[in-house]
Amino acid sequence: MGFWSAVLLPLLICLLLFVGFFSHSEKLVSVPGIMLWLQFAGAILGVMGSLLLPMLIVFIAYSVNSIEHKADTWKSLFSLPIAKWSVYAAKYAYAFFLVLLCLMLFVLFTIGFGNLLSVLKPTLKFNEYHMESTLAQVYLKLFLSSLGILSIQFLLSLLFRDFLKPMGIGFTATIAGVILAGTDWKYAYLFPYSHPMLTVKSTLPHDIGKGSGIPELSVDLFTKDIFVSLGVAVVVFILGYFIVLKKSVK
Amino acid sequence: MVISTEGLSFNFGNQQVVKSLSLQVPKGSIYGFLGPNGAGKTTTIKLLLNLLKTDQGSIHIFDKELQSNRVAILSEIGSLIEQPAIYLHLSGKENLMNRALLLRVSEQRVDEMLALVHLKDAAHKKAGKYSLGMKQRLGIALALLSDPQLLILDEPTNGLDPNGIIEVRELLIRLVTQHNKTVFISSHLLAEVERMATHVGIIDKGELLFQGSIKDLEAISQPQVQVELENTVDAANFLKKHGFNVIDISDNSLSIPYTSKTQMGEINTLLNKNGYMVYSIHKIHKDLEKLFLDITQNA
Repeated sequence: MGFWSAVLLPLLICLLLFVGFFSHSEKLVSVPGIMLWLQFAGAILGVMGSLLLPMLIVFIAYSVNSIEHKADTWKSLFSLPIAKWSVYAAKYAYAFFLVLLCLMLFVLFTIGFGNLLSVLKPTLKFNEYHMESTLAQVYLKLFLSSLGILSIQFLLSLLFRDFLKPMGIGFTATIAGVILAGTDWKYAYLFPYSHPMLTVKSTLPHDIGKGSGIPELSVDLFTKDIFVSLGVAVVVFILGYFIVLKKSVK
Repeated sequence: MVISTEGLSFNFGNQQVVKSLSLQVPKGSIYGFLGPNGAGKTTTIKLLLNLLKTDQGSIHIFDKELQSNRVAILSEIGSLIEQPAIYLHLSGKENLMNRALLLRVSEQRVDEMLALVHLKDAAHKKAGKYSLGMKQRLGIALALLSDPQLLILDEPTNGLDPNGIIEVRELLIRLVTQHNKTVFISSHLLAEVERMATHVGIIDKGELLFQGSIKDLEAISQPQVQVELENTVDAANFLKKHGFNVIDISDNSLSIPYTSKTQMGEINTLLNKNGYMVYSIHKIHKDLEKLFLDITQNA
């Protein structure tokens, strides 16, 4: 379930955008290549950073853990001759992999559909500019910025059997994060749920589509919010292990 | 001793659910762990599997301390706790293959297990569509998969039909007699345990009331002859005159301690010949509650 959501989400969103660009191609003919790419990738990044990525993580963290809750298999997993640490780390690694996979697919599909547009509609200037490496860097930063949330949501989903608690906490925190980052609050970088939004904000030039000059794209990979995100990820991950160790399997 | 605990205690909050338990499970035994619902059986089993942290006392399995040899010990244990833990969206075989992957067991072994628990025909059916008995059998197959030395089964015959219960019983007896395994099995049914166990431990309210071989138990759980007839009071007086010790009288039946089949026949003939019509006469075992009473009173 988690796996397919990680695959289908990028596919669907990129496909949708592709259809949108394809059907409105006449209006976009005059747009220079770099702006075209920025609009295309930026539309996805905007949604991803604000809401979609945190919610996707909530869902992935839930689905990885709920499969054991539902089947009541925690007790049998923990009574196998396997170190508890391995069970815990393997579960986390899979959630980690799913988020990584999803974001990699976003890069792949963005570039793929962009190039497909350029083939199908040669009038569009998609071939004038290449942003593969920039895009990859943006998504790498997005990935790093989301790890704090992943650790927190993973732990919540491990501890709570139902969907509502981790979902409710994750959703509320995400909204708060978006507001904090959106209002440029000074300490937003300390709040994990603000990190994806901060990443998107720091990467995308604010004047997309206004057509005033060629925007400069630069990705500063290691900003302080990324360090906070990584720090939270590691601390919560290790903390989670000790909670699992302490927690008796009911 | 395969399992040996000393002063094992466990609390849920303020409530002490396991009290200073000292279990002794010898190698090659079928140890019936008997007790009513809520007596602490499942909790004890979870302690034995290191799923719950021991508050007090020690657990040794295969003569090794559990906490510090967890992985080595668990690699020789197969377990089934409460409802079997099965992925409902996978087929029976996929469930076993999944576990086989974790335990590094061959596919051939998986097929053997499917055949053993008679799930070969349903191997590719989704486990969610299995009946309760089939799930239970799949759970037993999962427990047996790694060919463990010790099987810990929590009420494995729950939800099985009479045929299934007999099959499980015969399987367990075969494992112990032919493959020299040890089985630790919990149940709330005395009759069920009596049929296969070589050793018995009885637990109530977290306390071990009795532990010993099945012979020791039989000495306590004196079976009785129950006779169903009318005029029970007259019949009881009559039997007493003939030297039978009537221990219980109700409106429509009376009970005498069982000694032998011949004695049962004698009672029957005696009553019938003297005008007491016997509706039924049979041997009964004390139920658990009565047994508990006896044990606690004798202690």
